[in-house]
Amino acid sequence: MSERLPTRTEAFEARLKKRYAAERRFRLAGIGAIAFSIVVLAFLLGTMTLNGIGGFQRTELTVPIDFTEAGLTGDPAVLSQPGGLQNLEAQGLPAVVQFFAERELGPEGAAELGNGAWREVGEAIVADPALLNRRAVFDLPASANLAAALNGEGAPEMEALAARLEAEGKLGTGFDVGFLTRADATDPQQVGIWGALKGSILTMIVTLALAFPIGVLAALYLEEYAPRNRWTDLIEVSINNLAAVPSIIFGLLGLAVFLWMFPSMRSAPLIGGMTLALMTMPVIVISGRNAIKAVPPSIRDGALAIGASPVQVVFHHVLPLALPGILTGTIIGMARALGETAPLLMIGMRAFVASPPDGFTSPATVLPVQIFLWSDEIDRGFVERTSAAIIVLLLFLLVMNGLAIYLRNKFEKKW
Amino acid sequence: MSLTILLLLALGLGLAGWLAGRARAWSFRRSAGAGSLAALPSYHAWYVALWIVVPMIIFIAAWSVIAPQLISQHVLASPAAADLPEFGFKRESLLSEARAVATGAATAVFNQEAAALVEPYREAIGRYQTIGIVVALILGFIGGVWSFLRIKPDFTARTRVERTVMVILLLASLVAILTTLGIFVSLVFETIRFFGMVNPIDFLFGLHWGPDPMANAANPDPSRYGAIPLFWGTIFIGAIIAMIVAIPLGLMSAIYLTQYADPRVRSWVKPALEILAGVPTVVYGYFAALTVAPFIRDLAVAAGMSNPSSESALAAGLVMGVMIIPFVSSMADDSIAAVPQAMRDGSLAMGATTSETIRRVLVPAALPGIVAGVMLAISRAIGETMIVVMAASTAANLSANPLEAMTTVTVQIVAMLTGEGSFDHPATLSAFALGFVLFLVTLGLNFIALRVVKRFREAYE
Repeated sequence: MSERLPTRTEAFEARLKKRYAAERRFRLAGIGAIAFSIVVLAFLLGTMTLNGIGGFQRTELTVPIDFTEAGLTGDPAVLSQPGGLQNLEAQGLPAVVQFFAERELGPEGAAELGNGAWREVGEAIVADPALLNRRAVFDLPASANLAAALNGEGAPEMEALAARLEAEGKLGTGFDVGFLTRADATDPQQVGIWGALKGSILTMIVTLALAFPIGVLAALYLEEYAPRNRWTDLIEVSINNLAAVPSIIFGLLGLAVFLWMFPSMRSAPLIGGMTLALMTMPVIVISGRNAIKAVPPSIRDGALAIGASPVQVVFHHVLPLALPGILTGTIIGMARALGETAPLLMIGMRAFVASPPDGFTSPATVLPVQIFLWSDEIDRGFVERTSAAIIVLLLFLLVMNGLAIYLRNKFEKKW
Repeated sequence: MSLTILLLLALGLGLAGWLAGRARAWSFRRSAGAGSLAALPSYHAWYVALWIVVPMIIFIAAWSVIAPQLISQHVLASPAAADLPEFGFKRESLLSEARAVATGAATAVFNQEAAALVEPYREAIGRYQTIGIVVALILGFIGGVWSFLRIKPDFTARTRVERTVMVILLLASLVAILTTLGIFVSLVFETIRFFGMVNPIDFLFGLHWGPDPMANAANPDPSRYGAIPLFWGTIFIGAIIAMIVAIPLGLMSAIYLTQYADPRVRSWVKPALEILAGVPTVVYGYFAALTVAPFIRDLAVAAGMSNPSSESALAAGLVMGVMIIPFVSSMADDSIAAVPQAMRDGSLAMGATTSETIRRVLVPAALPGIVAGVMLAISRAIGETMIVVMAASTAANLSANPLEAMTTVTVQIVAMLTGEGSFDHPATLSAFALGFVLFLVTLGLNFIALRVVKRFREAYE
């Protein structure tokens, strides 16, 4: 029986202390890494929101117009025609607006009325011809210079003008409904996102219509029927690789193949949708295979045992059970496609498109590309508009991802 | 628009065929008694519908590719096209202008020379649209009648429909191979054209990048097509700066979330990190260009640099690193979770602290998976486009200073292809050669990473 040496020597205590300190440091490093990521995310979203709130507003000049003095005639039958606005222009509506603006704001104030101001008055008249028989007050867009001056970023004399008009209550900012309903323009006061949003929606429809059926059918084939041989290995390898190929390469493919096949459809949602479909399909196949794999074999065996054919087993039993999982993957893939920019730049969707697309083959742009184009503008007013468009895009993505999470939680099954 | 009409037509006819087939099958069943059919009525219906829809869809797909060519040939053969200029950009623009007016995409021609072509275009479009609709209808009709007449009580409709379904499934899975092949062929084809003008050696090993899209296309200056600065910029931004940010942060987040964090915290923090991966890259690019790049520039000025560039490799790399964090962290998360619990317990039982267990046992055991994840992250970073397009510059620069402007392969692809250059110019074609290099590199990285993961997973089973 030898004497036991004391274990807790001084050196041991010191070492233990050091080890515990290292433990704490390591733990703190972990918390720090997560905190950094979360802070960056919060900062990113915060900057966009703060900048973007201004983008939903615009600087407006208040101009009362007394149409009884103006002498315009508004025949509802004429105004409801497509050329109603031209009719009002021919009757001198721009001059009328200019006249009342000068009376209210003075000549230098009226000079800062946005270019499209009379158009807004005209649209109001087209919507309600009875307006021509009375006096009405309009909030008309101010020029970009005046808008910048109101924010304290303009030339000194412009800032003085802005301060004077603001003090008189004739200049202010208001929520810009038009931002959600207009299309691209050259003046930040005139732009809207509806054109880009509609382009995005049309593109997504094409993408979904192509990628979803092809992806689901391919997943079914690979998971349920495919024999294990070199062909299926090749298919599998190419799907896995496609899922990791940079998106810009798909843009090059679209440029070389789709635009060669359809040379007249440059920047059409159809071509954009086809390009994005090739990119989204592997994502759908991979998530679809996982969902199909999760369906227990006993269901297939049961169906086969009562005489169903292999095709019936899959389409009547496996597919319905796997569908929620497939849908979750599809929504995530679509969300990625919705935020994609680079491949669409390649196929020419960066064109300036001033009116919303009216079909799958007309020139269009999409929301992320619109953001990219606006971010290149030198005009300060575009900064806020870009952030506002980013907010809209992020909201769409948030809704889509929320839907995917909801579906996953609701249909998650334990067999 | 005619495409939509044709597709609706095909679907409508298919529906009619479906109903007719089912009605016929039901009539057999009623007259001969239940159970006498060789297949359920709905299979007869699907048989007829498939015979209508499939030929029509194939024809429509082919027609939508062929018809535009036929239309332009028809227009070029018309007398109005006789005084068009010879081949070239002007001719193309006149033609597309006339086409836009004829299809209603534009209201008036800009060049008066195009006005004469509008009528021939309108006529040709109308003619070929009619031909397309008539042929599609005939095809659908023939298919429908033929299959309808084949329906008999003893007709095994189910096996035939199922065989078709299997063929469709196989075709769907072949799309992936076709896409890969399409990428490969289109890139190789254009790259070979490019290498016919510029020597591959000059391209791959040249130290100066500055293609001039306005220069004479027939005789390009090979010394302007050296891609080394681009490759360096790509590696510096994507594989060095971004990874310096992403690997430690991603790895530490994964370790904390799997080993330390309370499950409730984890259930909130993990989705929050995933949001970082879901933010569109154009938003990151805007953030980098608007907030991060000026901030870094101000820092550089404060640190005493005389004239820092407002577009720096550092800004693009940092933001890209943040974007990659959740990617690294989820890969590391998976591979740490795959380490058997017994190894962790054994280490803890020996008296190691949690951090010692993680550093000495878990991370080494999970290393192949982590390395594979890092390789996938690098492959994603070097293929990333929008952040570098918006935050890095287009000036090629061979430098190790992160505060200098640098350009990457993807930036140059975008720059070369969004200009007005023609497709016969080496500057435009160089984008495809760059794309080909990018494709091969990312393919290689992905392939190795998948191999590593596969091998590693087998080790513990």
